[in-house]
Amino acid sequence: MSSNKETFGKTVGFVLAVCLVCAALVSISAVGLKPMQLENKLLDKQTKILEAAGLLDKAGKDIPGTYKKYVEAKLIELDSGKFIEGDVNLFDERSNARDVTKSSKPENDIAGINRRSDTAVIYLVKDDAGQIDTVVLPIVGSGLWDLMFGFIGFETDLNTVKNVIYSDHKETPGLGAEVQNPKWIALWKGKKMFDEQGNIAIEIVKGGAKKDNVHGVDGLSGATLTSNGVERTLHFWLGNEGYGPFIANVRDGGLN
Amino acid sequence: MSTDTKKVLTGPIIDNNPIALQILGVCSALAVTSSMTNALVMTIAVVMVTAFSSLFISIIRNHIPSSVRIIVQMAIIASLVIVVDQILKAFSYQLSKELSVYIGLIITNCIVMGRAEAFAMKETPGLSFLDGIGNGLGYGFILLVVATIRELFGFGTLFGIEILPLIQNDGWYQANGLLVLPFSSFFIIGLAIWAIRQFKPEQVEKD
Repeated sequence: MSSNKETFGKTVGFVLAVCLVCAALVSISAVGLKPMQLENKLLDKQTKILEAAGLLDKAGKDIPGTYKKYVEAKLIELDSGKFIEGDVNLFDERSNARDVTKSSKPENDIAGINRRSDTAVIYLVKDDAGQIDTVVLPIVGSGLWDLMFGFIGFETDLNTVKNVIYSDHKETPGLGAEVQNPKWIALWKGKKMFDEQGNIAIEIVKGGAKKDNVHGVDGLSGATLTSNGVERTLHFWLGNEGYGPFIANVRDGGLN
Repeated sequence: MSTDTKKVLTGPIIDNNPIALQILGVCSALAVTSSMTNALVMTIAVVMVTAFSSLFISIIRNHIPSSVRIIVQMAIIASLVIVVDQILKAFSYQLSKELSVYIGLIITNCIVMGRAEAFAMKETPGLSFLDGIGNGLGYGFILLVVATIRELFGFGTLFGIEILPLIQNDGWYQANGLLVLPFSSFFIIGLAIWAIRQFKPEQVEKD
């Protein structure tokens, strides 16, 4: 190593040059690949929504086409439960929840989400005749390690469950991550979230729910905390601080 | 290919394995070996990053002021890791959702930096590139061995395909929950080191 490359100016110049080249490389790859990344993200979300609506088999490989044909996204205001105008494509639940002007602190935060966005995007899924036959509601709540994001697919009575699909979570593989096991997902089909008096009745039963219990789903073995998280998330989002007002409106015929 | 070049490429796989002999990069080996797919993608990512960082560092090795050489190496490695992460996000979203955190941690993987400092700073770009590939493969070899054991006995599957039908899916195999947890890799890596040293006694350290 010769001593002349150790002058102060040369060192600073060299570091600057390396930084510039590296910055250019990173920027080019980030900007150049952005469209594909956004497309992937959207495709992933659409897949999960179709799965919650039970349309994944029907869709086959054509996820965007099927989504466009059957699914309509709508913005609602959670406190009033009414549909509002707005661009659903610009909606981002996470960034809303961080923005104090667009979110509020739930009084009874059983789902452990800290702040809740004031608005939500829900998905109305139509059958071939153009009639709404499924309503998909996004949910978020704490599991064992971190927030878990998912979708509930409801029949139009907003009581009978079609699917509960988790799209994004950080639970333990083999234990809590079994929320994505098709066998467990299949247990949800036909369960009723509310009892006859209209109270939230859904429960996750440790050790297994009785066969005739329409409100009970088997707990995940080895993942009690994740199971509790799922139950609390459902109770929060079906309650008055979640989709409660919206569900009440729909029962009064507000869907059409 | 001359024997020297060949040694640079294949040596790190068994003879001078970065995990088994140099005991580098164990941390990420614990995290990503719960499934074969994760281990394979991580292997490819580390091979790419180690190879190209060694190449670039070797190209500019005679101009790097020695007082800032570590920072310069880090800048190059970090940039490459970000590029790999971006590529993964664009082409395999599902995998990137699972692996993103660990891909970021390649930056701190001692193997990459170790090769840059120990090899690429002295040798020619071509040799450094091969050395990077070789060390990446050595890392990947251990990763895949550990992942095979963990996924097969922890989940009953390989690459997500069912091999041992699990009891919860109406089969006969009771999955070993211990292997699902990251620290089980410690045992498996330990056993692998013992196995390699049985065949290669020259690797055994003297007391």
